[in-house]
Amino acid sequence: MVRHVALWMLIVALACQAAVAADNDVAFSDALAALTTTNFKAKEQAASALAALRHPDTRATLQALLDGQLYYRRDDKQVLIVKEEAPADDLVRISTNNQLRKTLKTLIAGFDLADSSAQVRLAAVNEMLRALDAQGAAALRAQQEKETDSRVRNSIRTGLAIVDLDSEDANTRLAAVEVLTVSLNPDAYNGLNALLAKREPDARVQAAAIDAVKRIESSRSFYGAIETLFFGLSLGSVLVLAAIGLAITFGVMGVINMAHGELIMLGAYTTYVMQLLMPNHIGASVLVSIPVAFVVAGCVGILIERGVVRFLYGRPLETLLATFGVSLVLQQIVRDVFTANNRPVETPAWMSGSLQFNEALSITYNRLYVVVFMLIVFSALLLVLKRTTLGLKVRAVAQNRAMARAMGVRTQWLDAMTFGLGSGIAGVAGVALSQLTNVGPNLGQSYIIDSFMVVVFGGVGNLWGTLIGGMSLGVVNQLLEPYAGAVLAKIFVLVALILFIQRRPRGLFPQKGRAAEG
Amino acid sequence: MTAKLTLRSLAQSFVVVALFAFSSAHAQDTIKVGVLHSLSGTMAISETTLKDTVLMLIEEQNRKGGLLGKKLQPVVVDPASNWPLFAEKAEQLLVKDKVAVVFGCWTSVSRKSVLPVFEKNNGLLFYPVQYEGEESSKNVFYTGAAPNQQAIPAVDYLMNDVGVKRWVLAGTDYVYPRTTNKILEAYLKSKGVKSEDIMINYTPFGHSDWQRIVADIKKFGSAGKKTGVVSTINGDANVPFYKELGNQKISAEDIPVVAFSVGEEELSGIDTKPLVGHLAAWNYFMSVDAPANKKFIGEWRRFIKNPKRVSNDPMEAHVIGFNMWVKAVEKAKTTDVSKVTDAMIGIEVPNLTGGTAKMLPNHHLTKPVLIGEVRADGQFDVVWQTEGLVPGDAWSDFLPGSKDIEADWVKLKCGNYNLKTQKCSGQNYE
Repeated sequence: MVRHVALWMLIVALACQAAVAADNDVAFSDALAALTTTNFKAKEQAASALAALRHPDTRATLQALLDGQLYYRRDDKQVLIVKEEAPADDLVRISTNNQLRKTLKTLIAGFDLADSSAQVRLAAVNEMLRALDAQGAAALRAQQEKETDSRVRNSIRTGLAIVDLDSEDANTRLAAVEVLTVSLNPDAYNGLNALLAKREPDARVQAAAIDAVKRIESSRSFYGAIETLFFGLSLGSVLVLAAIGLAITFGVMGVINMAHGELIMLGAYTTYVMQLLMPNHIGASVLVSIPVAFVVAGCVGILIERGVVRFLYGRPLETLLATFGVSLVLQQIVRDVFTANNRPVETPAWMSGSLQFNEALSITYNRLYVVVFMLIVFSALLLVLKRTTLGLKVRAVAQNRAMARAMGVRTQWLDAMTFGLGSGIAGVAGVALSQLTNVGPNLGQSYIIDSFMVVVFGGVGNLWGTLIGGMSLGVVNQLLEPYAGAVLAKIFVLVALILFIQRRPRGLFPQKGRAAEG
Repeated sequence: MTAKLTLRSLAQSFVVVALFAFSSAHAQDTIKVGVLHSLSGTMAISETTLKDTVLMLIEEQNRKGGLLGKKLQPVVVDPASNWPLFAEKAEQLLVKDKVAVVFGCWTSVSRKSVLPVFEKNNGLLFYPVQYEGEESSKNVFYTGAAPNQQAIPAVDYLMNDVGVKRWVLAGTDYVYPRTTNKILEAYLKSKGVKSEDIMINYTPFGHSDWQRIVADIKKFGSAGKKTGVVSTINGDANVPFYKELGNQKISAEDIPVVAFSVGEEELSGIDTKPLVGHLAAWNYFMSVDAPANKKFIGEWRRFIKNPKRVSNDPMEAHVIGFNMWVKAVEKAKTTDVSKVTDAMIGIEVPNLTGGTAKMLPNHHLTKPVLIGEVRADGQFDVVWQTEGLVPGDAWSDFLPGSKDIEADWVKLKCGNYNLKTQKCSGQNYE
C-alpha cells in the first residue's frame, strides 16, 4: 500500500516541484487542505477555489474527488489520489454528495471547454447548461467566438438564448426568442413561459414568444404521442414474448401449462449463471444466454412432457393441477439452489441509457432491444412452423392427430418436441425479462396470468393472434395509464378483456376448420 | 419378530418420555423468548435476517450468564408471510408456549393482525420496523421509526438543504405508503407547497413497467423548479424503478429520490450502479464509523458465518429493543409483562451509531435521523443527520384526525387520548 501511495502522486508534495508558480502551489495546497472538512458546503467552496486557481493538477484532483478516489491521511491530512479498491485503514475517503458532484461536473466542464475533441466540448457545454450562472455564461460566450464545431455552437447558442431572455435590451430578447422557437429544451420552454408571465413590455417580443410557446407545445404533444405509442409497443412486446411459448404449448397442443412462468424464470436464471461464468464479458454473456436458455428450458419442458403431461392428454383439469405442482417444485428448487433472494443480473452497457432523438423524445435502449428481439423470436418461430418438416408435423398433429399418425408421424416424439419448443421459447423470453425486471423465484408467477390473457385474447392456436393481442393490450394499457394510474389501468384492461371474451369466446382470431371443434 | 418390535417401541417411548421430562425440567430455569418472523413467503427475504439477529442476541445474553440467573430459550415460529397466520402463531406463543416476550412482525398489516392477540393475552411485542404511526398499544414497544423520525426529516432535508420545490410522492399501493403520503402531503401544504407542485402516484406490489411513470416524473421535474421524489415504493419494485431512472438519464443530481424502504439488505441483491447518489432516510447505516457498530457487525458476521453479510436499520431496532427488555427485566426482577412494561419507560440503551435511545411514555424511542446517499458498493454515505435525537411521535401532528391525540402510558394510561375531548378511545384496529 505504501508503495502504491508513493506511485500515485502526492499532490501536496508537488508544491516543491514547480518553482515557477510557487505562490499558486501554496494556494493550491491550502485549497486541498480545505477539502478535508466534513461540511459539504465548505467542500464545494474549496472545490470552486481549486478550480479558480487553474493549477495544472486541478482537473485531475476534481475528477478524482468526483470518482470517489480522493483520500486524506488521518494523521497529517495529506490529500492523495488512490485508485485502489480497498485502501489502508489510515486513509479517509473524501465523500461527496449530489450538489457537490454537480458542482464538480460543472467545474470540470469548464476545463473541458478547451478540449481538442468536439465530442468532449459538446458534453462540457451540455453539462454547463444544466446550471448556468453569469460566470459560466461568460465562459460560453467566449467559447462561442472561437468554436468551430456546428453542434457545439448550436448548443451554446440555445443556452445563451435562455440566459438572454432576461436581457434588458428588447432586441436581444427578441433574437433569443427567435433562437428558441424551434428548441425542445425544457429550460427554453420554461424560460419563454416565465417571460410571458412577467408581462413582456415589448409587443414584438410578446408576439414572438406566444408563437414560440404554441409551436413548442404542438411539437411536444406530437412527440408525446409517439412516446406513448412506443411505451405501449414495448409493454406489448414483453407480453408477447412471455406468451409466445404458451401459444405453442397451450395454443397448438392444448396443454394448460401452469409451469410456463417457471420456464421463463429458468431462462432468467440461466442469464444470471452465464454472467457468473463469464464475469468479464457481460454483453456477450447475455447473447450466449439466449441459446443456452433455449436448451435449458427446452430440456426441462421435454422432461415435464415425458414425465407428467403425456399421461394426462385430454384431461385439462388434471393437467392444470399437475403442472401447477410442477411449477411449485421448480420454484422451490430455484429457492434451494439460489436462495430466496433476488439475483443481480447486470445490464450490458449497450443496453443501458437511451436513444435521444431530440430533447422531447428519447427511447430507452433496453426497451428498444426487447421490441426488436420479440420480432426476431416471432419470425423465427413462424419460420419453424411454416417452413420446416417439424412445423409441418406439428400443424398436422394439431389439426388431426389420428390422421397424422396414420400418415406415419410419430406423435409421441412430436408432442415432446413441440412442448420442448414452446418451453425453449419461454426460456428465451426469460433472458429478455432478466434485463427488465427482478430475477427471483417468483418471476414466473407475475407473468403466467398475463401470458394466458394474451393467448386467449388473441385466439387460441393462432400465433398472429398472440402478436396482435399482446401488442394491443400493451398499447391500451399505456394509453389508459396516464389517466387512470397503473393500478386502475390494469383493472380496466382486465374488465374489458372479460367483456370481450364474453362476446367472442374464441378470441380475436378464432381457429377455423376442424381443429376449432377439437 | 413381534417381541423385538415391542421391545424397540418400548425403548423408543422411554426415550421420548425421558426427553420430555428433561425438557420440562429444563424449562424450569429458562425464560422463553418468542420470535415471530416470516421464514417463508414474500417477506422471508427481510424477516429471516431479523430472526437470526434475535437468535444471536439470545446466544450472547446466555454467554453472559442469561437473565435473572436463567437461560434464555428462543421459540421460533414461522407465520409464512400470511397475515391471519401471524395472529394464530402469536396466540400459540402466548398461550401454549407462554413466552415472556415476543420479537416480531415486519409489515404493518401483520402487526395489526397480532395486536388484539397481544392485548387479550397481555403479551409483550417488540416491533422493529419503521411504520406509519397512528398507533400506540400498551402491549407493544415500537423500536422502529415513527413518521416524524424518518419521513418528515427527510422531506426537511430535501426542502432546506437540497432546495426541492416540487414533489413526487411515489409509493406502493398499501397502508404504509398511503398513510405516510397523507402525512407528507399535509406537511408540505403546511409549508406552503401548492397542490400543483405535488404529484402522487401509486403502483401495485412488484410493479415492473416503470417507463410511463418515470417519463411522467421527468416531465414533472422539467418545469424549472428543483424536483425531488419521496419514494415509499416497497421491495422488489424498486429495482426496475431505479433501472428505468438510470436508463431515462435522470440522475440523482437533477431529481434525487429519497427512499424509506431501501436499505443495505435490499441493495445487496441488486446492481447498484444506476442508484448512486439517490438517498435513503434511516436511523442507522452500516457505514457509520462508530465503535459499537463495528463490534456489532463483527459479531453478526461471525454468528451468520458470512464475512460479507450486511446489517441494516431494523436489525439495530431489535438490538435496542432486546437490550432494553433485558434491562427492564433486571430492573423489575421478573418477566411479568405488566411489571416489565412499567419498567420499560425511561430505560436507556446506547445506539449502535452513537447517542442513547430512550423509551418514551408513548412506547416509542428517541432516535437520530440519518440521510445517506447510495454508493456504488451498495453502502451509504451519510450526508446529513439531525443535531440531536428525535423523540418518536405516535400520532402525527400533521393529520387533522390525529393532531389532538396523545399517547402516554405513564400519566394518561392511554394510547389514544384526545386532548380536546379529554377522552381515551382505546385502540382502533382498522
